[in-house]
Amino acid sequence: MIRLNALKISYRIGGRIIGAVDGVTLTIPDGCIVGIAGESGCGKSTLMKAIYGDIQAPMYLSGGSINYGLKGLDGRPVTTDNIRKEWFRSISYVPQSSMNSLNPVTRIREQFIDFPGTDSNKKRVLERARDYIGRLGLAPDILDSYPHQLSGGMRQRVMIGLATFFQPELIIADEPTTALDVVVQKEILMLLMEVQEQMGNTVLVVSHDMGVHYQTTHKMLIMYAGRVVEYGDTDSVFADPQHPYTKMLIDSLPTIGDDSMRGVMASQSGAGGDRAYQVEPSLVEVKPNHFVAGPALDAGALA
Amino acid sequence: MTIILKTEELNKVYRSGGIVGARQIHALRDVNITVDSDKPVVIAVVGESGSGKTTLAKTLLRLEAPTSGRAIVYDNVVAGTGATQSKREFLGLVQPIFQNPFEAFSRYRPVDAYLYETARRVAGMDKTQAEAAVADALDSVGLDHGHIRGKYTAQFSGGELQRISVARALIPQPKLIIADEPVSMIDASRRMIIINLFKRLRDEAGRSFLYITHDLATAYYISDFVAVMNKGQVVEFGPARQVMSDPQHSYTRLLLDSIPTIRSRWRPRAPVAA
Repeated sequence: MIRLNALKISYRIGGRIIGAVDGVTLTIPDGCIVGIAGESGCGKSTLMKAIYGDIQAPMYLSGGSINYGLKGLDGRPVTTDNIRKEWFRSISYVPQSSMNSLNPVTRIREQFIDFPGTDSNKKRVLERARDYIGRLGLAPDILDSYPHQLSGGMRQRVMIGLATFFQPELIIADEPTTALDVVVQKEILMLLMEVQEQMGNTVLVVSHDMGVHYQTTHKMLIMYAGRVVEYGDTDSVFADPQHPYTKMLIDSLPTIGDDSMRGVMASQSGAGGDRAYQVEPSLVEVKPNHFVAGPALDAGALA
Repeated sequence: MTIILKTEELNKVYRSGGIVGARQIHALRDVNITVDSDKPVVIAVVGESGSGKTTLAKTLLRLEAPTSGRAIVYDNVVAGTGATQSKREFLGLVQPIFQNPFEAFSRYRPVDAYLYETARRVAGMDKTQAEAAVADALDSVGLDHGHIRGKYTAQFSGGELQRISVARALIPQPKLIIADEPVSMIDASRRMIIINLFKRLRDEAGRSFLYITHDLATAYYISDFVAVMNKGQVVEFGPARQVMSDPQHSYTRLLLDSIPTIRSRWRPRAPVAA
């Protein structure tokens, strides 16, 4: 279980301080896929970086804390300060563009062996990697290829393989399928869901595609201007969205077979940038496991 | 009836490698599409990466010469044998909009300079005419010239910049605008602003669009015709509603089945025990 307590993350740029995550308090239960949605600049990637523990200047923790509820290899609880030691072991990251994440000049197998603190017996690691890659539906000889020899979908599958090799408790996937086509996207998402079901770990998926969220997640987190707008079980959020911003996100794209014009209205009301809605930092539980940002003052007028 | 777009046995073969071990890649294989209509239309081209969508766009934009075959836009041969228009005539007929507006405009040059240049060079206007045409074009995409004058790409959001690219493309009053993945770099919640702009320009300004995308949902929403491409071939072509609600080819069905909808799930999502 991960607890975020009034978390604030800011960037110091020149003499200015920009708050990217502005007071987020929530609890993420174990063993579920949580989707994070919101438009560019809403703070979702910053929040993911902070949870991953990759807090580097100009980004800094300006308030609150993250409680991971995990124990590291040395038996001590994982905190923001020592989480780096747990990277790829109990927490791992699937980045958006796998093309820039795999080392282009070494073969895939070297990247499996290269993990910090892996078994020193290379043969044994390779044996395990070959076995594992096969379970992910990739041909074992992929280990002998260079990244440029693989298609985007295969590279992304390799990334998922690397990220899940040690069966981490927490996996963060930042737009894992954005650069991929629908057919490959479906394969990757199905793989991610299967791996999660087998390992029972917690997966945080960032995407701006509400369809991807509906298909893959158990819980949804909607962010807007650095704050949480809505957080709840995916079925409940999609069936009965509480906040006008959530409604707008769900309605903003057309569906095949739907000739209504609702998307038109929705996207225009959302065009006001990050000032269109007023979002309070406190969450109110409107239904079991379904939270909405406290009284939205101006929101009703625009929806 | 006007022939808005017609391709006749269009082929494009890329060769890679040296003399020994040269490989041929059929990017376009006998592409035959005919769109006849009295009214301006939106034609969508959908398919996966590497299906030949962009090669088709490049061929129609004269950025690549076809290996064989020819293409006709509004009764003018634009590619292949018989394409005799000057570059200026051609750009008055067909205009492009590219995927990434941050790459389409230079970072070191004010964005409106591109609009003036199009007005002066392609449309052949004088200074005052160009000024008016730029203001007009920006107005038709919902932007104010005063706010854009002298600004650089970094001062705009992706959506605004893409609207400026649309405005630029409108200046020479082209019949057909070829838009290659125009919304893939834009936030999902803002995409419909561009898509609806295309729709309005079709209905009110009489522009036709070739909309190249891998997003079938927006293609369904806006298009009159759709061409489904796979491995360089058009596997299915027809009225958009008909193709997407009653797909005949297995590849079209595969594409449609892969869309993450918010209607039905691929696999059940059991609620998590608290």
